[in-house]
Amino acid sequence: MLTILFDGIAYGMLLFILAVGLAVTMGLMNFINLAHGAFAMVGGYITVLLMQKWGVPFLVCLPLAFMGSALLGAVLERTLYRPLYNKPHLDQVLFSIGLTFMAVATADYCIGSSQQIVQLPEWLKGRTEMGEGAWMLGMGHYRLFIIAVCAALTVGLQYVLTQTRFGSRLRAAVDDQRVAAGLGINVNWVFLGTFAVGSGLAGLGGALGAEVLGLDPSFPLKFMIYFLIVVAVGGTSSITGPLLAALLLGIADVAGKYYIPKLGGFIVYSLMIAILVWKPHGLFVRKGGK
Amino acid sequence: MSQNTSTSQNSLLARARWTWWEVLLWALALASPLLLSSHALIINEIAIVALFALSLDLILGFTGIVSLGHAAFFGMGAYSAALFAKLVLPDPLVGLLVGMGTAGLLGALCSATILRGTDLTRLMVTLGVGLILMELANKLDWLTGGADGLQGVVMGPLLGQFEFDLSGRVAAWYSLMVLLIVFVIARRFVNSPFGATLKAIRDNRLRAMAIGISVNSRLAVVYTVAATLAGAAGALLAQTTGFASLDVFEFHRSADVMLILVIGGVGWLYGGVAGAIVFKLMQDAISSITPQYWTFWIGLFLVVLVLVGRERLIRPWTWFGKGKKGGTV
Repeated sequence: MLTILFDGIAYGMLLFILAVGLAVTMGLMNFINLAHGAFAMVGGYITVLLMQKWGVPFLVCLPLAFMGSALLGAVLERTLYRPLYNKPHLDQVLFSIGLTFMAVATADYCIGSSQQIVQLPEWLKGRTEMGEGAWMLGMGHYRLFIIAVCAALTVGLQYVLTQTRFGSRLRAAVDDQRVAAGLGINVNWVFLGTFAVGSGLAGLGGALGAEVLGLDPSFPLKFMIYFLIVVAVGGTSSITGPLLAALLLGIADVAGKYYIPKLGGFIVYSLMIAILVWKPHGLFVRKGGK
Repeated sequence: MSQNTSTSQNSLLARARWTWWEVLLWALALASPLLLSSHALIINEIAIVALFALSLDLILGFTGIVSLGHAAFFGMGAYSAALFAKLVLPDPLVGLLVGMGTAGLLGALCSATILRGTDLTRLMVTLGVGLILMELANKLDWLTGGADGLQGVVMGPLLGQFEFDLSGRVAAWYSLMVLLIVFVIARRFVNSPFGATLKAIRDNRLRAMAIGISVNSRLAVVYTVAATLAGAAGALLAQTTGFASLDVFEFHRSADVMLILVIGGVGWLYGGVAGAIVFKLMQDAISSITPQYWTFWIGLFLVVLVLVGRERLIRPWTWFGKGKKGGTV
């Protein structure tokens, strides 16, 4: 049972890293971006290809995946996303679905539709077991690694958001874009930076998750709903909301698949609908924001 | 003053009246299975997709609800019509009504979920309903055949005398007739005072509430009606192909129908029909060249469509001369 909890937490942390960029961009620009998974896929493929073709070590691949996705995110934000910030939501949905379809087909064309496998380094492969019986805790080293990395990132993000000048600018821009611009904050640059970092984090999440979630061209479509659940349930006003939502989702999903495999994703989706009907703006809403 | 009211009344009524080109269009459509008898199958498909797009138009174009899970009702109609034909009665018309009924029931239930919240919440909820139904159809394999689909559906003759033939001509007429009937009803529906209140809700929900429109009940009704019509489209697909598979619930289907509607024009009943014709012909042409990467071109098309502007792409005369744009659109 503890093992399931542990796996659920690892899964949830991973989902959080994948989705946190989406939460920030959605809260910031009120932009419904269904193409977020595509950035995660790019990160995953960068890692897989670098490791297979050039034998780059896994740990070196992770920052490269981050940078590659961030760069792609910055370029796309500047060229394609920016004109759409003030368009109706229907346009944004259509645009980002189109982008997702293109990413899926492109990955299929360039790399092939088969599932990619990540060769983990030896020291991440093992598994440690503690306790006995029902309270046995089996910790895969890789999952431990994921939790450690994600926890460090979360603390870092929280620090940047609450303690630094960039963080306060960002929060100001989220709360009221016009007033923030009036105070001399270059909102466009804040947006660009945030979008790039968000995409980069998605790429890092994709690279970390390639082994756990599986990586094939349909990745953006398969996990789109999960990212959206994290954001919609967690709310977009802070990063603790999405974090808790991601952990909840991860644990519910792993436990559901373990105990009642017949139901599949049923529990998660029903839970999401129930929560959203009950609280349409997410579980954790901060008062006073826009 | 009285003259003023009568002219505005006339202009409102004129929109509801049938014009000669519409009659001609429908006559051509009904004659098409005979004229292009080798293409009857694709005509049938176009009619079904047009019906599906029409149903989405009621909620997206006329009421402004962005839904990514409209395929849920389509699939519900398809599965219940197929199951009804297989287990109870092979008569197509009764099956069609059953498909519409179950989908409408589902729509009435789900309408409670779309009343509150933002666009994002609605997107998530509609998407979630679609996924739940797909999971259900997948897991209830003793009933639905699971991932293999529901096979062995044999339909009886239409009205007791017209057998469905292999060339698909009867099927095409059947679908076209249903489309025509639904179209006539939908036209009455959106041009009625009820339809006008829907447009008021789309344009400004708060004001609509302030002038005394009960927004929630209107939304619930229109969502149910749209679900019923989507169910009809699904039932037609299942009946004319004799098959229902998980594919009817796929996310692709919801996205495609949205694209179809957007190609043809949102908030215009012929938009769905025009979009269906263009989309199906395009799909036929492109997938004969690159069957596997057809989604890439769809994606590219969507991106370009949005970046250029939906209004401008379907109205080529606004491409040049920016000054006049305000007048024409």
